[in-house]
Amino acid sequence: MALDTGDTSFILICTALVMLMTPGVGLFYGGLVRRKNLISMFALSFVAFSVVTIQWFLFGYSLAFGTDVGGLIGSLEFFALTGVGMDGEGIPDLLFMAFQLVFAAVTLAIITSAVAERIRLSAFIVFGLLWTTLIYDPLAHWVWGGGWMSELGILDFAGGIVVHISAGFGALALALVIGRRVGFGQYSMDPHNIPMTLLGGALLWFGWFGFNAGSALAANGLAANAFVVTNISAAAGALAWMAASWIRGKPSSVGMISGAIAGLGAITPAAGFVGPLSAAIIGVISGLFCYYALLFRIRRGLDESLDAWAIHGVGGVWGTLAIGVFAVAGIGGISGLIEGNAGQLILQVIGAGAAIAYAFVGTYLLAKIVDLAMGLRVSEEEEYVGLDISQHGESVQV
Amino acid sequence: MKMVVAIIRPEKFDGVKAALAEKGIVGMTVTEVKGRGEQKGISLQFRGRSVPVDLIPKIKLEMVVDDPEVETVVATVRAHGRTGKFGDGRIIVMPVEAIAKVRTDETEVSGP
Repeated sequence: MALDTGDTSFILICTALVMLMTPGVGLFYGGLVRRKNLISMFALSFVAFSVVTIQWFLFGYSLAFGTDVGGLIGSLEFFALTGVGMDGEGIPDLLFMAFQLVFAAVTLAIITSAVAERIRLSAFIVFGLLWTTLIYDPLAHWVWGGGWMSELGILDFAGGIVVHISAGFGALALALVIGRRVGFGQYSMDPHNIPMTLLGGALLWFGWFGFNAGSALAANGLAANAFVVTNISAAAGALAWMAASWIRGKPSSVGMISGAIAGLGAITPAAGFVGPLSAAIIGVISGLFCYYALLFRIRRGLDESLDAWAIHGVGGVWGTLAIGVFAVAGIGGISGLIEGNAGQLILQVIGAGAAIAYAFVGTYLLAKIVDLAMGLRVSEEEEYVGLDISQHGESVQV
Repeated sequence: MKMVVAIIRPEKFDGVKAALAEKGIVGMTVTEVKGRGEQKGISLQFRGRSVPVDLIPKIKLEMVVDDPEVETVVATVRAHGRTGKFGDGRIIVMPVEAIAKVRTDETEVSGP
């Protein structure tokens, strides 16, 4: 198959769209923290993007997409992009590398939820480099790079396992290691700038079209299906979360945009396999699941501060399982439970379970090691003053 | 009548406000301020480089209360605003000559 200029131009645009999701996460999270940590939160996303870019071009891409070694990891044949050329099947290999890079970057940015307002910048850089290498790259290889999950037939269209389960459950483990913020549960840590969070959420929703539609890797009908179901699921998730929170009080805008992201996270793995009506059901259930996961987290006193686990983790698990229920052969060539194929659901359960275990246990161990080696957390005094000043020497106010 | 000005930690504000309301002290004017006390702010150390944080954000409450209530207000702010560390703030009590309502022509002059 020769290079296709239509496909190439489409994936170039999608790659740029997905890049914008990383600062989108920064804005989303930045609005949710206290004012003294806004710059820190936003900066962590840029740091994630920069660290992953360098890691990915040097060896991350090769570990994920190099020739399979034992079903577990890719070889280092593409070290520093050796042999990754301007030609390829449909789209240039270099472009595929870049498209995958922006996925890896946004995944690390999502994890900053767990360490909001208390991580040392230097420790995050080291942790981020190790996490992307030891957790993200193997998972990407297992599902997309020819590893054991893809051999079994476990499906993940655009990253329910690789991006959302890994980031969500990784964040939960990381939050347990770093501990709660000083004063968590004692005094108010309300969002300081909700419009900023909504703007970040809007950028995420926008970028997600590139994320899911682009995962067709071609400008074709499958991309159009992914685009449409992505939007439907997001809208359904937004309304479902809003309705659920309305019953308990007021329909907050932060809840609504959180519901949209829950819907987006859930449809991500399924976007290439399900139709519009299924997408609406997936979105509604995701909005409700993720909302109750958030309430559960708060009740348990877990300071996974900005809910990467409740939204991305739980949404990603649900979406991964939903493929096994709602998949339609006419869309992605795979049937789910409703079309009489129970086997796919079992495969999806195996995939989600393995990803949860690997991301959670792996991240926990990694975070412990980094914590023992250099300390993940700032001092109490630095935390009190805020990370903007203590980590960056900058402040929102003059 | 007295004006009680309390400068406290921002994170203690909600607790102090709720405790005051419980004692019937509802009216207050609140300002976000910055300041420093005897410690001259906080100095953070980074590998030999010191980063002074000169002025630290605080919340300032202003409440006009009748003389017998002053003690309650001071005790309540102390009880709910205290961490025991430097930077817990100050409470200032000042005499008030009169208060005049804007909505009505009512003026209340402090009695002797």
